[in-house]
Amino acid sequence: MGECSSGPFHWREGIMIHRSERAIPILMLLPSVLAIAIFVYGFISWTGYVSFTDWNTLVRTSHFIGFDNYKFLFQDFRFQSDLRNTLAFTVLFIGLTMLCGLFLARMVDSKIKGEALFRNIFIFPMALSFIVTGVVWQWVLNPTTGINLALKSMGVSNPPKWFTSTLIIPKLHLGLIDFGLPVAIIAVALAAVWQMSGFAMAMYLAGLRSISEDLRESARIDGATEKQVFRKIVLPQLKPISMSLIIILAHISLKIFDLIYAMTGPGAMFVTDVPGVYMFETTFRGNHYAQGSGIAMIMLLLVSLLIVPYLISSFRKERE
Amino acid sequence: MKKLSLTVSAIALTSMLLSACGGNNGNNGNNGQSASASASDSPKPSASASAPASPASGGQVEIFSWWTGAGEEAGLKGLIGLFSAKYPEIEVINAAVAGGAGTNAKAVLASRMQGGDPPDAFQVHGGAELNTGWVAADKVIELNDLYESEGWKDKFPKDLIDLVSKDGKAYSVPVNIHRGNVAFYNKKIFDDNGLKAPTTFDEFFQVADALKAKGITPLALGDKEPWAATMVLENVLLGVLGADDYKKLWTNELSFDDAKVKQSLETFKKMLSYVNEDHAARNWQDAAQLVANGEAAMNIMGDWAKGYFTTDLKLEANTDFGWVPTPNTTGSFMVITDTFAIPKSSKNETNAKEWLKVLGSVEGQDVFNPLKGSIPARIDADISKYDVYGQSTIEDFKTAKLAPSMAHGSAAPEGFTTQANQVVNIFVTNGDVDQALKALKAAQSSSIK
Repeated sequence: MGECSSGPFHWREGIMIHRSERAIPILMLLPSVLAIAIFVYGFISWTGYVSFTDWNTLVRTSHFIGFDNYKFLFQDFRFQSDLRNTLAFTVLFIGLTMLCGLFLARMVDSKIKGEALFRNIFIFPMALSFIVTGVVWQWVLNPTTGINLALKSMGVSNPPKWFTSTLIIPKLHLGLIDFGLPVAIIAVALAAVWQMSGFAMAMYLAGLRSISEDLRESARIDGATEKQVFRKIVLPQLKPISMSLIIILAHISLKIFDLIYAMTGPGAMFVTDVPGVYMFETTFRGNHYAQGSGIAMIMLLLVSLLIVPYLISSFRKERE
Repeated sequence: MKKLSLTVSAIALTSMLLSACGGNNGNNGNNGQSASASASDSPKPSASASAPASPASGGQVEIFSWWTGAGEEAGLKGLIGLFSAKYPEIEVINAAVAGGAGTNAKAVLASRMQGGDPPDAFQVHGGAELNTGWVAADKVIELNDLYESEGWKDKFPKDLIDLVSKDGKAYSVPVNIHRGNVAFYNKKIFDDNGLKAPTTFDEFFQVADALKAKGITPLALGDKEPWAATMVLENVLLGVLGADDYKKLWTNELSFDDAKVKQSLETFKKMLSYVNEDHAARNWQDAAQLVANGEAAMNIMGDWAKGYFTTDLKLEANTDFGWVPTPNTTGSFMVITDTFAIPKSSKNETNAKEWLKVLGSVEGQDVFNPLKGSIPARIDADISKYDVYGQSTIEDFKTAKLAPSMAHGSAAPEGFTTQANQVVNIFVTNGDVDQALKALKAAQSSSIK
């Protein structure tokens, strides 16, 4: 790109290069632009269209019924539970993953022996698929077998019921459901945190390594304690990393399906149900295609509520 | 110059990519066309081929099912073996999709049917799943000619033929029968405590109280997948309403806000107070295992649980475990039947009909069912090939009133079943009878037409 404006001497050639240089990227991008236009935006529009029809049987019908599917969803016990669970899961999952990641990164960064080994051990769970994690943690946290056997042998008479608990704290009545933190979702969040905190560690480790030692050194010379160095120098420098992490983890947690499907299913009284599971069951088991599309559109909306402001702000930064 | 040549090569590359995509699209289009063309042609060749002079020769037949579990896969292989011995020139493609109760397979099937690439014959539960699904969608062919030529009309029970027919036309061929209203019990527990297996609700609650007093879980439940609890509910409904009124629920002749349905839910709720505490973490096998291990006394489940007891857990029927119909349902038979239908645009319709003939024959049913652990749908099968449970169930099947299972999609459209499962999933935890009745009533009026 720089060459185009490089000088007045070869302006004829410059224009030629200019043209061809414009054409190449466009031609190179065209196939993927077309593919994305059809297979992403085309299908999103199709899903959106279906969600406004009455295609809730095996046989396709396409009468326009406006927002009826959405009205149904928001008056539905299961969908209200899903929204509560997604909120609870997202907050727990992101918060704990970032804390664990930061903690692990600090430990690994403290120049211990065998750093590479620890790094790999912590990152390793990320190599598993959520399905595997779900199956394993379902066994680990099964209330009659699993970790409760160990707890019982240690003398705990009333071990937690993990993902089978139907408790919701605090029980605030809202709509059809009790609003609060479903205790069962903590078990699911634990499994997800286990899987993703290695990733958060890797991100934070990269962030920590990019902070110049001079900065910390000068802070120390100015008389800052280690605690102050961490809080006033290191943490602010990690902010962009934290922002990226929140975006990445949030889009995972808002769309989560496989982990919950393998680990708990919808759960008693839908305490561990999420929109993804509901969408799958209502669409492919109940043949309620329009309602399923409605759920998909709401999930898309939730994720874009989070992503779009981020995209706008990073776009602005780029222009600056 | 270097830049120019780069441009040229880039353009060449791009156009290659584009043409590759275009080529693919063209091919797909052609495939679609040829498929639809052959579909519209198919009535002609099949009509001529069904004449006795020219039996099916060569070609393929693609069989779609969800039989991938231990016994059922062996049964399917047995059927395919039988078919191949009769028609060695026809290549059988076994397109089975794994997943219990066909949960994954049904989604695959729906997309294949809607995408215009159907298998030649597919497994489907008799009843609403067939009639309100594929028949209403006009996606399957009518099989009355097959029933005539094979003389099946009086070889299957009339109630069963009704289950696979709409407006007097049969649309699929039943292969097997499972019974849904069975209470399996641990014989040792019952003998040790001097108890008799309950056949009425009163007896059930007496036995359950006696067991509870001894510290034994009376009823094992594994409703991690909610349909297991829905099965208990439908059996209670069958017990309280009786087979005739139970069937009226699915034709809108009886409303879900009827007092007797309310009574059923109250009974169901009372039964739920006798189940194992960790029911939400167990699937149906885990629950059956509680009975097998003597940790719980009874389990209400379809008779595939018998296969699990005898094949997987190596238990002896009638010595290790016993069975009775669920309370108040002696003389009724909650029927779950696997059947096969042929899609309208099947590419090998003639071959598929030959496959259905094998399925419907005495030979076919007696190859498949002993392996799968179900009983034959025909009334003239060879009873000596079945174990003690099978033999007694075959006898019951001949005389009992058949009732379609709601939990397995035979009674009502899938949409209703999904919603009923949701209602049950909430009810098991909060026990709110009125809320459940209201939700079931709403599901009835929106899904059952």
